[in-house]
Amino acid sequence: MSEPKGAVPTGLTSEERARREGGASRAPGGERGKQSLRLVGLVALLAVAVAFPAIFPNPVVTNYAVYAMMFVAIASAWNIFSGFSGYISLGHAVFFGSGAYALGVAARDWHVTGTAVFALMPLSAVVGALIAVPFGVIALRVRRHTFIVITIAVFFIFQLMAFNFSFTGGSTGLDAPFLPWSPQTYNNPFYYIALGCAVGAIVLAWLIRRSRFGLQLRAIKDDEDRARGLGVHAMRVKLSALVLSAAVTALVGAVWFFYLTQVQPQTGFDPLFDLLVVLMAFLGGLGTVAGPVLGALIIEPGQLYLTANTNGYISEILLGGLFLVAVLLVPRGIIPTGGEYIRRLATRGRAAIPEGVPASQRAPASPGLRSDAGATKEGDASKGAWRRAGETLP
Amino acid sequence: MAREIYQAIVDGILVGGVYALMAVGLTLIFGVLDIINIAQGIMVILGAYLSYELAARFHIDLFLGLLVTVPAMFVIGVVIQWAFIRPLHGRERTSMTLLVSYAVALIIEGILYEIFGADDRQLNASYVISSVHVFGFYLSYIYLYGFALAIALVAALYFLLYRTGFGRSVRATMQDQTAARLVGININRVAAITYGIGVAVTAAGGMVFGATNGFNPNSGYDLISRLLAIVILGGLGSIGGALVASVFMITLESIVDIWQPTWAVAVFYAALVLVLLIRPTGFFGRKAVRAQ
Repeated sequence: MSEPKGAVPTGLTSEERARREGGASRAPGGERGKQSLRLVGLVALLAVAVAFPAIFPNPVVTNYAVYAMMFVAIASAWNIFSGFSGYISLGHAVFFGSGAYALGVAARDWHVTGTAVFALMPLSAVVGALIAVPFGVIALRVRRHTFIVITIAVFFIFQLMAFNFSFTGGSTGLDAPFLPWSPQTYNNPFYYIALGCAVGAIVLAWLIRRSRFGLQLRAIKDDEDRARGLGVHAMRVKLSALVLSAAVTALVGAVWFFYLTQVQPQTGFDPLFDLLVVLMAFLGGLGTVAGPVLGALIIEPGQLYLTANTNGYISEILLGGLFLVAVLLVPRGIIPTGGEYIRRLATRGRAAIPEGVPASQRAPASPGLRSDAGATKEGDASKGAWRRAGETLP
Repeated sequence: MAREIYQAIVDGILVGGVYALMAVGLTLIFGVLDIINIAQGIMVILGAYLSYELAARFHIDLFLGLLVTVPAMFVIGVVIQWAFIRPLHGRERTSMTLLVSYAVALIIEGILYEIFGADDRQLNASYVISSVHVFGFYLSYIYLYGFALAIALVAALYFLLYRTGFGRSVRATMQDQTAARLVGININRVAAITYGIGVAVTAAGGMVFGATNGFNPNSGYDLISRLLAIVILGGLGSIGGALVASVFMITLESIVDIWQPTWAVAVFYAALVLVLLIRPTGFFGRKAVRAQ
């Protein structure tokens, strides 16, 4: 049931793919203009994000925003490992919960109180990373379904440990140190901390995606054996991605713990958490940088709203329904599907890549053919694609 | 002490037989459809609730009720496969089917909560409470009957798979889907029926589970994590492996339970991790046939 091997890496964004396949040609000037436009857009988005608590001072709204930002960070972190490498982890709650617990235990045993506890946050990231190493060494030996199941198994082991060890406080869990902030503005500092985590995670994902490391990850996603044959140290690359991803997730777990002021085994290690994060990445677009961000911004407030306004079971049913709809209607995610739609609109009436032709069958994708054609520019290549689509040249 | 261990082993084998029944469904679904059916756990609970309703409302005997619940679960399975799993294609299919079955599990769990609430239930019958004294062991009748039922159903499945034309097409599909299609097997039909069968056996498993354990809509998580550990340990797609692994795991758990009741479940996962360190494909798993 898998697609033919040797197709062009699907980890690429539609835009990159178009560029590689020599599809719609773009003048370098237009590219630069587009880039600066995108930069302006990003700065504007960031400005809105920073000003958000000032625009909406209502604590109910900022509460949603804090959670949304935390999940933007987590979904991006999850995507760095699972989205790029193709190893779907249903066990990230292990890192999230461990981050929260690490901080709770440290604050309790070292008697840290007040705002000084924020200095302990890096500790959570370190704990998350340290847990990720044995986790990865064991789980990354197997692939696909087996990997997913192992992550679930590890998750249940951690939940069980949180319930049964004495230092975790058993089923009552742990309390965070009291923060003497006024309820009116209580959310704001957390919003900025969560926003910082989110921006950090997005930038990290973006940097990794353009790096050699990111390319190796995506090569593993496409065909791990072939990637190894080409000299990618698969284990090392996968493990590094998992460790990075775990550290960020654990860090956000610590923020979440402060914000909620408590953690119990069933909230810190919550099976629904894993599911939500995966759904966010899938809905937005697995393996893209913007996808998980968009998914988190849609799903987390929606889920909070549902839980607050219906009884818990109805929200569970609706969430499951949303899940089914998302997977069945936009199986590739909003960002890739939407990007393709926009591109199709933009190229309407002009040369476009014929739909439905597997990338591997399009000649310009092969470097050999490209060199045959001599100094073929991208514009010429697009003519080639045109001709192959069965139309005559003007 | 030795006596307690013997008792634990006997219990383990009897309960393991019931788990084997549920695990065989899971591994069969994996083998044919190449998906992990996360919903298997909640399906077992759904089966238990169906038996509960039949017994409470219509006073139908638990075992007799299976004549209703097994076909009902079969139909539910076929509908789920047809509506949600069949439409999925492409390279993310592995993860998407997983998400879909998780979503199905969530929906069923929510519905069960809505109807029955969060209270623990247990199935009741005369043979649930009475026990028999054999060779110095006290055995509850329900364990014996449940084990016999499991044996009978697993044997029936074996017969279906290895002695009938349909079974041949199922096995062909498990081995090589493309080739099976080429020789004229209707893959969609085989997939739908297999999913239906895999789900239908949970009705029987659920009935025995519900008679031997208290259950609520949340019990599905605990069940599915055990079942997943069992099928992975036995080797995904291997029916014999699922049988051996369930008896092995449940026996191990009930032995550890004598000394360490709180950590007995952890042994389950620890055994899984240890076995996978040595044999990544499980006891009877083939080398990944469908490498990614």
